[in-house]
Amino acid sequence: MKMIMKNWLRKDISVAVMFLVPSGVGFAMFYLIPFIMGVIYSFMDNTIDGHFVGLDNYRELLASNSFRKAAYNTFYFTAVSVPLMLLLSLGLAILLNKSTYLRKWLRTAYVLPLVVPVASIILIWQMLFDWNGSLNAWLGSFGYARVDWMKTDAARIVVIVVYLWKNMGYNVILFLAGLQQIPKDYYETAQIEGAGRLRQFGNITLVYLTSTMFFVVIMSIINSFKVFRETYLIAGDYPHDSIYMMQHYMNNMFMSMDIQKLTAAATLMFGCILLIVLGMFALERRHRQFME
Amino acid sequence: MPVARVLQKSALTLVLGVIAVMLLFPIVITFTNSLMTEKEININYGPIGQMKEASAGKANPYVNLKLLPDKVSLEQYGKVLLDNPKYLTMFWNSVLMVVPIISGQTVVAALAAYAFSKLRFRGRDPLFLIYVLTMLMPFQVTLVPNYIMADQLGILNSPNAIILPGIFAAFGVFMLRQFMLDIPYAYIEAAKIDGAGHLRIFIQIIIPMIKPGLAALIILLFVDYWNMVEQPLIFLDDPFKQPLSVFLSRINEGERGMAFAASMLYMAPMVMLFLYAESYFIEGVQLSGIKG
Repeated sequence: MKMIMKNWLRKDISVAVMFLVPSGVGFAMFYLIPFIMGVIYSFMDNTIDGHFVGLDNYRELLASNSFRKAAYNTFYFTAVSVPLMLLLSLGLAILLNKSTYLRKWLRTAYVLPLVVPVASIILIWQMLFDWNGSLNAWLGSFGYARVDWMKTDAARIVVIVVYLWKNMGYNVILFLAGLQQIPKDYYETAQIEGAGRLRQFGNITLVYLTSTMFFVVIMSIINSFKVFRETYLIAGDYPHDSIYMMQHYMNNMFMSMDIQKLTAAATLMFGCILLIVLGMFALERRHRQFME
Repeated sequence: MPVARVLQKSALTLVLGVIAVMLLFPIVITFTNSLMTEKEININYGPIGQMKEASAGKANPYVNLKLLPDKVSLEQYGKVLLDNPKYLTMFWNSVLMVVPIISGQTVVAALAAYAFSKLRFRGRDPLFLIYVLTMLMPFQVTLVPNYIMADQLGILNSPNAIILPGIFAAFGVFMLRQFMLDIPYAYIEAAKIDGAGHLRIFIQIIIPMIKPGLAALIILLFVDYWNMVEQPLIFLDDPFKQPLSVFLSRINEGERGMAFAASMLYMAPMVMLFLYAESYFIEGVQLSGIKG
């Protein structure tokens, strides 16, 4: 029996190659090689017959005001909206996990915004947040002054709201699944031992949701980059300063053919994402060891 | 059930219901407004985008956000479908890009996911980490090299410049791997003892077992690529090759009179697919999150 097992394992590598080839070839061609090329370009002064210029591109990039603005805004947006997303979707999932009527319908309603196309959102966006829009009309009826939502710092809030509206349902489903995995008798035991609601939440719910949370954070970061679509379509290449993101910056560098700055910015952004992901993997591993 | 419990349950349902209504509001508005006549739309939403200065001093007209049309009419739908041959062309453009991407990515990703989850070979986990990292990259990061690559392959300004990278994106691999991890090795070993090769195991055992995962992947890919905006704007110069998503994002400005109906028609395939496959989708999304 052991012999046969070993034979299978040895054969795995050749089989693996067969299964991986279709994906691997395309992945290398359209993702991996372009990415490596991008990193190399970021150290060159030209994409054709360029010379190695060390960190010059990076120095120039860091000196650029619009890059610093874009980096700050992207960081700010992620740092505010991802935790907010976690909080709200976990809260909703916990409520939805209690006994309610119409649970299936409510769940559908929460996920449906995900499938609403960008273009329709933009129409509604204009209707609500324009200078003459409904939100201002509504605030006006309470005696508040009008806000030019898209041309002041308030634009940040608008973008965060749209992001939350669109992606919350997806995370609610994920958390709901995580919650339903927790055995009910854990809570009963805790109750008998006299643990309060808050202790139960901290020591049971949160602990058992860690791996779900890990996944939700990754998905939320991916989705936070996608808000760019909506922002871009509503406000164009140069939106208000407060919502000028890395994607705007990179897009504009592409349009002005400033390849050096673009690739340097892309490489830096990759570095940051890499750090975040490795950090999260490390946290998760420690958590797993702790659980065992 | 005691009265107190019923009350509590009703109150919770009410709270969650109010949130659901808020989330669904943009969809409902799009639907009801698609039944208005062009004239009514222009009266209601004319003030959007009007200069502040022009109306300064005078009574400032607000947008008149209306839920129900004065007169139900199919005028907008007629305009979109009959007077606008461009609309149907672009609808078809979208279909011709989205269908190959979804079918291609599903097949390619399922094969690779099998190797990453059920075969053992050296370098498997680092390779998979690379896949995950590219998944987290915004599209702009590899923009320049991708552009150069597409140019060298001679697929610039052709839908292939969008379809090919779409087929090989890492998301499908990531998602389907999560599902395959849940399938116990025992199934595979039993099949091996019966003399089945890996390809047969893959087709006859794995694929039927990951149906929820496939459904969830198809829906998520559909949502993502049906809405793409950045890729076509960069890779397709010819306005007649653009997908509907790009066209629709521009309709808002000049032709507001039919924008709502156009949005509805555009949203319809996605919403129908979603409602049809919702239970699969939810099961799929949930399973993908549990293993983290």
